[in-house]
Amino acid sequence: MRRAGQWMLALVVVATVAAPWLAPNAPDDRFPDLLYAPPTVPHLSAQGVQIYPLRLVSRLERRFADDRDHPSAVHWLRNGRLVSADAPLLLLGADAYGRDILARLLYGARVTLALAVLATMVAMLIGGVLGGVAGYAGGWLDELLSRTSDFVLVLPVMYVVLALRAVMPLVLPAPAVFALLAVIFALVGWPAIARGVRGIVASEREREYVIAGRALGAGAGRVLIRHVLPAAFGHLFTQGTLLLPAFIVAEATISYVGLGFPDSVPTWGTMLQDATTGTMIADAPWMLAPAAAIFVVVLGVNLAVQGHGRAPVQLEE
Amino acid sequence: MTRFLFRRLLFALVLVVAVSSAALLLTRLSPGDVATQLGPFAPSAEVVRERARFDLDRSVASQWVLWVSRAARFEFGQSFLYNRPVGGLIRQATANTALLAVIALTLATLTGIPLGIFTGSRRGGLLPRLVTGASLVCLSMPPLLTSLLLVFVAARTGWLPTGGMTSVAAVDVTWSRWVADVAWHLPLPALALALPIAATFERLQSQAIADVVRQPFILSAVARGVPHRRLVVRHAWRASLRSICAVYGLAIGTLLSGSFVVEYIAAWPGLGRLMYEALRARDIYLVAGCAAMGGMVLTLGGVLADVLLVAADPRVREGVVR
Repeated sequence: MRRAGQWMLALVVVATVAAPWLAPNAPDDRFPDLLYAPPTVPHLSAQGVQIYPLRLVSRLERRFADDRDHPSAVHWLRNGRLVSADAPLLLLGADAYGRDILARLLYGARVTLALAVLATMVAMLIGGVLGGVAGYAGGWLDELLSRTSDFVLVLPVMYVVLALRAVMPLVLPAPAVFALLAVIFALVGWPAIARGVRGIVASEREREYVIAGRALGAGAGRVLIRHVLPAAFGHLFTQGTLLLPAFIVAEATISYVGLGFPDSVPTWGTMLQDATTGTMIADAPWMLAPAAAIFVVVLGVNLAVQGHGRAPVQLEE
Repeated sequence: MTRFLFRRLLFALVLVVAVSSAALLLTRLSPGDVATQLGPFAPSAEVVRERARFDLDRSVASQWVLWVSRAARFEFGQSFLYNRPVGGLIRQATANTALLAVIALTLATLTGIPLGIFTGSRRGGLLPRLVTGASLVCLSMPPLLTSLLLVFVAARTGWLPTGGMTSVAAVDVTWSRWVADVAWHLPLPALALALPIAATFERLQSQAIADVVRQPFILSAVARGVPHRRLVVRHAWRASLRSICAVYGLAIGTLLSGSFVVEYIAAWPGLGRLMYEALRARDIYLVAGCAAMGGMVLTLGGVLADVLLVAADPRVREGVVR
């Protein structure tokens, strides 16, 4: 099971890195006659893999028909893309502007995952440093930092993120949104990490090797960073892997409600914006592709960290 | 005990005041205010008048002092978005969210805990594996995904309404018809909110039972010939309750966080939706009121979890641990 989770995550990472090569179209290419077009289904024939171009039957009803008279061949490894075709190749359908959902999904993964990874790393850094200092120093500093992190921990994360984002200017350029969300996520994420690190450091501080290090004349900073903090690394990374999916979901939620990235930037959250009404979701379920992608990442993380630590021993019947 | 209660109350007070004050100050300092709502062509005299009505002509500090002194008398100011007192709006929205959250928590408890006892007390077998797999899947679907999925299912099949708390037709209907209508709209958001929490409960309960089962007192109970069912429920489950109760306090925060996106997608007129609208419109007193209410709900959750803990674990009652 853990292996399965690691494979899922590896697949996502490869797909994200190889996005320009894997995507059959550019993420901003529009097919004006193919708004909300369903996924193109490849067929296997004597001439190799073929697709039938979609013909618009009714723009109002968004009905399409396969143009069976003009099959189009699928080309492999042409123009630096894995697959492409002369007719629009929309393997996951098209969105409200007639853009390729698969291409946007792949490019969107770059923004969404980069944001989540960056925010996680910043949260790990802040949490590790503050938790380490609190645990090592003790006294009023420990009290202050612990109370602060306890306070942030009881708050419902989504509301804090929402409030901090909403009080900034509502419309911002994409890089500003990226930086702002990374800072906000790190701000709500660090206490979860700091609490555990503090506990580990506080107990390690009493161990003989720390006393030995101090007796040899090592300064507090050196003892903490070189000798004590590495004991907390396991915890640090486990907590980090738990924050990552939370941040992915947070980006999706914030962008979904219209407070995240501008619509022109493909992210998993902005892509879900099209799926707002029940009829829309029922008529064009391929618009939920980012939701499926989020599910895959979160499941991958859950499977990969499962059984980390103690193995459950169960009751003999 | 009195000292504990006193500290608890003090923390609650600090939390509510800090959270609502932060919300007030942040909204005040954010770009845009009531004037944005009036539009760019509003005469300046009107803008000045409206700003004065919401104390925006005062300094930040004096507005805060004014708000706190009024809030102490349970006056939370006016909302310009709804042109109504904030208190009534929040009471209504909180009732709606509470209904959703209580139903979801009940659902999650009634499914998650028994399933967790089941999977935790058994080794192998097809059914426990299936339950564990299903709960891992649900655990990987935050409320954003469950609500989108359920809306999709509801819209495709027509089994349930996809949004809202009442039908459009349900105005001026009898009380019983109104209740039936709400009950018809409730399952979708409640289920969307409950699924991930039920999965969390199942996993934690399973782990907790599995941990307890390793302890010597269970072995001694087995040796005394205590039947399996009694062993699991009376001995193992009771001992595992402590860790579950601790999670209940956190579940309130999870419920609040999750209810925001569920309310947004399923158009449930609750606290999350109200706060979102208020934040977007810079409706300063409504934002502060929502934050104060959220703080109160959170502390209430913490107190409830503590009461549960005391009820479940005699060691806490006797002051041995904690």
